[in-house]
Amino acid sequence: MTSRSGPSSTSAEQAITESYRREWGRLLSVLVVRTRRLDLAEDALAEAFARAASRWPIDGVPDTPAAWLYTTAHRGVLGRLRAEAVAGRRAPLLATRTVVPAADPGDDLPDERLQLMLLCCHPALDAASRSALALRLVTGTSTDEIARLFLVPTSTMAARITRAKRKIAAAGIPLARPVGQELDDRLEAVARTVYLAFTAGYAPGRGPDLLRTDLAGEAVHLADVLHQLVPDSPLARALLALLTFQHARREARVADGRLVTLADQDRSRWRHDEIATAAALLDSVPRSVGYAEELRLQAVAARAHAVAPSSADTEWAVIAQAYAALEGLTGSPVVRLNRAIAMAEVGGPTVGLELLESLDDVLAHSHRLHATRAELATRAGDLVLARAAYTLAIERCGNDIERAFLTRRRDDLADST
Amino acid sequence: MVVSTRPSANDRKEDTVKYFVLLAGDGEMPAWDTLTPEEQQAGMERHHAFGQACDDRDGVEILGGEALGDGSTATTMRTSLAGETVLTDGPFAEAAEHIGGFYVIEAPDLDTIIDLCKVLPPYDIEIRPVLDVG
Repeated sequence: MTSRSGPSSTSAEQAITESYRREWGRLLSVLVVRTRRLDLAEDALAEAFARAASRWPIDGVPDTPAAWLYTTAHRGVLGRLRAEAVAGRRAPLLATRTVVPAADPGDDLPDERLQLMLLCCHPALDAASRSALALRLVTGTSTDEIARLFLVPTSTMAARITRAKRKIAAAGIPLARPVGQELDDRLEAVARTVYLAFTAGYAPGRGPDLLRTDLAGEAVHLADVLHQLVPDSPLARALLALLTFQHARREARVADGRLVTLADQDRSRWRHDEIATAAALLDSVPRSVGYAEELRLQAVAARAHAVAPSSADTEWAVIAQAYAALEGLTGSPVVRLNRAIAMAEVGGPTVGLELLESLDDVLAHSHRLHATRAELATRAGDLVLARAAYTLAIERCGNDIERAFLTRRRDDLADST
Repeated sequence: MVVSTRPSANDRKEDTVKYFVLLAGDGEMPAWDTLTPEEQQAGMERHHAFGQACDDRDGVEILGGEALGDGSTATTMRTSLAGETVLTDGPFAEAAEHIGGFYVIEAPDLDTIIDLCKVLPPYDIEIRPVLDVG
């Protein structure tokens, strides 16, 4: 990357973009751990990148860009701390449970992203803020971009992130490197946060877009970082495998602004390279307990779909079995709904319809129950039931594109009778 | 108030936070006066165990704490900007009905407080940092 002999603005720009993408989270994590000032560290690092953008095209890209950025940002934090001291202001330092040796400029920079990730996903923070904070701090996604991903105005997102950062400092939420059971508990909080962000992108309930693939992609990136940080954790492996299987179908899920169901998707548009990676990862996940096992079972079902040449040639029995185990673990009615779909493929639509009957009390508000019943009733030839169920589903569906899809299905029904 | 007996609000040690820990009994923990003497005794033992656990933990100090009279003994005083006051019988919010007591504790961080509070009887617990207004 060195271009001392002939500085070129293009290679400098490339180096900056590359450094930002690869190093932001690690640099920020080290700055935060060493200075214990989240706000100052973030500002100073952003400024260091801005400085690089003006200096590197002229001076050339430094031999070790990360070290240059770190040193510049660290100096920036120290300058701000001095200014605060002069002004007589004293903001609270982040609490910390680890002893960190003072920065030595000769050192290789460590990676403290796990501490940063655990901090962002601390259960004492508002659940809606955790993933936004993790995207901002760990992957360096801009507040503008995060606001766009979560469909809120930038000012709202900025306020949400600021509030979360203030709470971290004021409430004494510590930087920590927990071990054992405590680490497992905290990793679960991280995994749930990432999964929630993915779901928000994978199947947004309201609004004009059917999918927000870019948000789902950011969540996969977070899952990838988590897996790099704790490569031996079954939880992190299962999470990354599951999200990768789902995300690999992104390009086939919508066509001409319409939802395409799994059965009708053009499977050549699935990312089979990603599916292969996820399958290898899933093979390395042992059976375990709790949330890790939930994610593993979901990934097992997702793999059966992802590796099948067609809907008909899918190992539905594997899927039904995975969902049965998952239902035993969670008691979730949504899981039972999915099991009913799989059972209908194994044993026929009537078997599925019978399973759905137990869900009317708990899932009556959900359009998915009615949409599923409508689909199975159509296959079973009960068009009266199908039409009634489509009508209920349409009434309860909050997503514009999905509602249009359900309406078309009902209208097709009318044509065929 | 207990806190004011400290020499100064500015003496917060460099690496600790002062927490207000509010104990409410509207969750799993029934109101104290509905407990049998044996249950009250068991509850007190958990408070003692909590005191011991705080003593044993580095950087943690209980600065104060009291049990409070129940909601029926509370008086709420609302004051307008013009200085008019209105008194009503009872606590200011329904949730405050069940507040049984509080602690003020200095600790290194939130995780430490959360960990220690697991020793207490099964209250619903609100934990807030105390502001340094000195």
